[in-house]
Amino acid sequence: MYGFEALTFNIHGGYLEAIVRGHRASLLTASDYNNLCQCETLDDIKMHLSATEYGPYLQNEPSPLHTTTIVEKCTLKLVDEYKSMLCQATEPLSTFLEYIRYGHMIDNVVLIVTGTLHERDVQELLEKCHPLGMFDSIATLAVAQNMRELYRLVLVDTPLAPYFSECISSEDLDDMNIEIMRNTLYKAYLEDFYRFCQKLGGATAEIMSDLLSFEADRRVVNITINSIGTELTRDDRRKLYSNFGLLYPYGHEELAICEDIDQVRAAMEKYPPYQSIFSKLSYGESQMLDKAFYEEEVKRLCLTFEQQFHYAVFFAYMRLREQEIRNLMWISECVGQNQKSRVHDSVVFIF
Amino acid sequence: MEEFIDNLPPMDLMRSEKMSYVQLIIPMESAHRAISYLGELGLLQFRDLNADKSTFQRTFVNQVKRCGEMSRKLRFFKDRISKAGIVSLEHPVMQPDMELEELEIQLAEHEHELIELNSNNERLQHTYNELLEFKMVLDKAGRFLFSEKNHHAIGDDRELEESVNSNHEFIDTASLLEKELRSGFSEQSGVRFISGIVCKSRVVRFERMLFRATRGNMLFNQAPADEEIVDPVTFEKNAKIVFMVFFSGEHAKTKILRICEAFCANCYPVPEDLTKQHQVTREVLSRLSDLEATLDAGIRHRNKALSSIDYNLTKWVTMVRREKAVYDTLNMLNFDVTKKCLVGEGWCPIFATPMIQETLQRATYDSNSLVGVIFHVMDSVESPPTYFRTNHFTNAFQEIVDAYGVARYQEANPAVYTVITFPFLFAVMFGDWGHGICLLIGSLILIARESKLSKKKLGSFMEMLFGGRFVLLLMAIFSIYCGLIYNEFFSVPFHIFGRSAYKCHDATCSNAATVGLVKYQDPYPFGVDPSWRGSRSELPFLNSMKMKMSILLGVAQMNLGILLSYFNARFFGSSLDIRYEFIPQMIFLNSLFGYLSLLIIIKWCTGSQADLYHVMIYMFLSPTDNLGENELFWGQRPLQIILLLLALVAVPWMLFPKPFILKKLHTERFQGRTYGMLGTSEIDLEVEPDSARARQHHEDFNFSEVFVHQMIHSIEFVLGAVSNTASYLRLWALSLAHSELSTVFYEKVLLLAWSYDNFIIRLVGLAVFSFATAFILLMMETLSAFLHALRLHWVEFQGKFYHGDGQKFKPFSFASITDEED
Repeated sequence: MYGFEALTFNIHGGYLEAIVRGHRASLLTASDYNNLCQCETLDDIKMHLSATEYGPYLQNEPSPLHTTTIVEKCTLKLVDEYKSMLCQATEPLSTFLEYIRYGHMIDNVVLIVTGTLHERDVQELLEKCHPLGMFDSIATLAVAQNMRELYRLVLVDTPLAPYFSECISSEDLDDMNIEIMRNTLYKAYLEDFYRFCQKLGGATAEIMSDLLSFEADRRVVNITINSIGTELTRDDRRKLYSNFGLLYPYGHEELAICEDIDQVRAAMEKYPPYQSIFSKLSYGESQMLDKAFYEEEVKRLCLTFEQQFHYAVFFAYMRLREQEIRNLMWISECVGQNQKSRVHDSVVFIF
Repeated sequence: MEEFIDNLPPMDLMRSEKMSYVQLIIPMESAHRAISYLGELGLLQFRDLNADKSTFQRTFVNQVKRCGEMSRKLRFFKDRISKAGIVSLEHPVMQPDMELEELEIQLAEHEHELIELNSNNERLQHTYNELLEFKMVLDKAGRFLFSEKNHHAIGDDRELEESVNSNHEFIDTASLLEKELRSGFSEQSGVRFISGIVCKSRVVRFERMLFRATRGNMLFNQAPADEEIVDPVTFEKNAKIVFMVFFSGEHAKTKILRICEAFCANCYPVPEDLTKQHQVTREVLSRLSDLEATLDAGIRHRNKALSSIDYNLTKWVTMVRREKAVYDTLNMLNFDVTKKCLVGEGWCPIFATPMIQETLQRATYDSNSLVGVIFHVMDSVESPPTYFRTNHFTNAFQEIVDAYGVARYQEANPAVYTVITFPFLFAVMFGDWGHGICLLIGSLILIARESKLSKKKLGSFMEMLFGGRFVLLLMAIFSIYCGLIYNEFFSVPFHIFGRSAYKCHDATCSNAATVGLVKYQDPYPFGVDPSWRGSRSELPFLNSMKMKMSILLGVAQMNLGILLSYFNARFFGSSLDIRYEFIPQMIFLNSLFGYLSLLIIIKWCTGSQADLYHVMIYMFLSPTDNLGENELFWGQRPLQIILLLLALVAVPWMLFPKPFILKKLHTERFQGRTYGMLGTSEIDLEVEPDSARARQHHEDFNFSEVFVHQMIHSIEFVLGAVSNTASYLRLWALSLAHSELSTVFYEKVLLLAWSYDNFIIRLVGLAVFSFATAFILLMMETLSAFLHALRLHWVEFQGKFYHGDGQKFKPFSFASITDEED
């Protein structure tokens, strides 16, 4: 019923959409960031944040603050909001919200497995995990020795199980194939999420396909850049690219054979939406690429709020909050380490 | 006439308090004391002179931070106290008698002590938990082991079975046999076991994981633990499960141990040897009892510390809150040029200036400052805040008005009239003296318990009721009054004021419902004659009466509204508004609806049969036609034509002149005067950079805007005159609905149930009736009548004169801070 979803959307989704728009209104604004950037100590940051929605989460923290505490508490707020929305959600919104978590789950799995490989303490690793990506048996990941065991013991219970079908092997885990596993999982996840959104139809499909394509393309570029100079073959590299997005399929062909950053650039500049991103960078530079991509993403995420009656606002809100927390982390680190000149390097203003 | 109005004594609450804009120049050394004294007085509203600075760039940011830190500590204490389950008694709130620094040190000490005690207790509790778990594991796992062995041993040795069930002495004797057997059994099968304890919520997943990891080569035994383990940090009780896994192989062991670790399952070694097991159990038990004693002592010590904190907690909390408020206010002040004084600006009511000056002097004296606080009045371009001195009684009514909008400074305050008109209009809709008495009882209870209730924290609903207790009281009294007029008591009419004026045609009264009654004496002295009830013409009679009454009330209230606009215009000295708004508005409303009211009154007085609808409609359609039998008085037709013409003239009268005159005045005022204006404003800027005086409004006159505004205003008034009058008919409609509803409940429920000679049916009928009365008539109907009365006041009455765009006076006062939080 494309075009008519506005008629019935509010029956189930109206309340939560209102909630999420309310949450969005509490995102920090440029003037907040300006004030935060002028802070001298972490206490100043706390004081400024106490006037925002983060206030109740930070007010009970004893005074010598650390960056980790600030980030932890801010993330806790995001998680609380997410959980309350998930409790209220009905199908298919609840599945949609679940999908938002899977990315963090994959990251957590990789984090734990890599950590165990380097013989780190499991509890210590668990503390580092993103709380959104936690699942029941995550601690058991440490038991597994290879992919097959990983799958059979732990992941078969999680929603990630279907994504594993492509990377089950009995090889022992090492850094390289963990990274490949991460990317294969991510590829499968993005494709699955994409399919799910297409199934939902309507404005959700339209907007989410744009957002997810951007996400997929960004990963493609990152994979390409990171795999330059490694022993990953062209075919293997090609296999890690998600099978949708603006770059699919011709861009993938070109990127798969790239040997240096300038070739990537040449390939990407054929696509008008990415032209602007790459035109900001000088030749041979890839440091600022992340920020450029983040800025573009934030722009697109903000635009989703312009349209009503679709689920992409939830996705956008979660992403924007995460970006905000990244910003806060960067600012706090800069303030904490007296590097205030670099404070603007990585902060992406949301509004 | 004018002189008479000017000489009227000033009405309380009619105009908000006169305010003055004052500047304080406070020497640094007495600043804190002066501000806190002012906070106790609570009659000065400070203006934020540092609005452009962010919070952490202000002068007293460190003190604010310290206060924040202290209130965090206080919250921590409060949290601990409630967790420890100490019932905090009501301590008398004393005046804080110490310095902030002293308190800070004290709080830090207390926090340190408490944290240490807590960590000690936590450590102890942790060990205690471990031992307790170990004890339970020993207890349960021992049983697993035995039953396990029994399965094996059942064929070999039947005596062993008895040993399991036997008491301790017997086990000792049996242990020799056991020992021999057990070692053999474990060696020959290569089976080993791990025992431990795990959270109940995780046990299913735990078992599944173990099963998968060992590919099913294991045996999982579980039993619920007898006692719940108290988490030392969160004080939550967790149900736990004792488990015992049997498996074989070294590889499986490492796996299982890792899984245990991942599931936070604590493993405890259970000796396979029975005597050893007993020995360990005994050891554990003795250590447990030791620990318990230490733990108890620790907890007692902690509770003592906590209750000593609790004794002072309220005092400290208020003190910290006050200090924070003082520093927040100090942050609003500005430094003067020499950096030795703080400059503050703000509003205060004129009557309060001597009090403020006295307070400031006291502050100077108390802080031994050589220089006094300079306090002087300034002029400001900003419009002052609105402040009404209300009391318990008028406060709720003022709130009703403020909910629509806070009055512009010194504007006529509708709350003065709302005190009576609001409950009265409510009662017109809610007229039933039975229901009125119920409301009266409710409101009297609230008022009688005022002193008790005002201290307690009420729920949002109760708080609303309590806040409006005097509104409720007046509403109830007026409902009784209107109910008596309507002659309704739970919809039953009563002969209170004598006998009915009507009687039946004959003695049997058989045809009373069809033929009607005859009037045989003077009318019923007060209110509606009870004989109307149940008669065929009851509804037409009551409807016509209530409808006409609503229109009379409405026209009266709207006229009052327009009159108030006259008083406003007089007060602010704008003759323009009187001439070109008030007069045409008065004429328009009264030539149409004032005339209608006149007709209604004449009709009531003369008992004429004229059709008022017809008169009103044909007054517009064909004003020159003869009225015929609808003529109520001589000369009605020419009067109608005159009134109609007046109304027609009034519309352009209120539309056109005012904007043109304004335009003319504007051009006259600014002819050749522009240069002088600029000069003065610049000088001002240099003298007081941050002061409110510097903010000059640059008035721009936009003719089209003014004209459009005037047009909207006039059209709104003309259309509003019709629609607002019609809107007052809601008085009739709600009153009708109320009486019909109560009739239905009375006749169809109570009387119907009573017609059966069955106790249960009567009881049920009574129950349904009382529920319906309480919830539908008393609660829902009260609410709806309240809302309609509210609308009539906000839209129909206040719309005529009330701007409602002022700001409320918010003085810096400790009293308001204390209720604010929590």
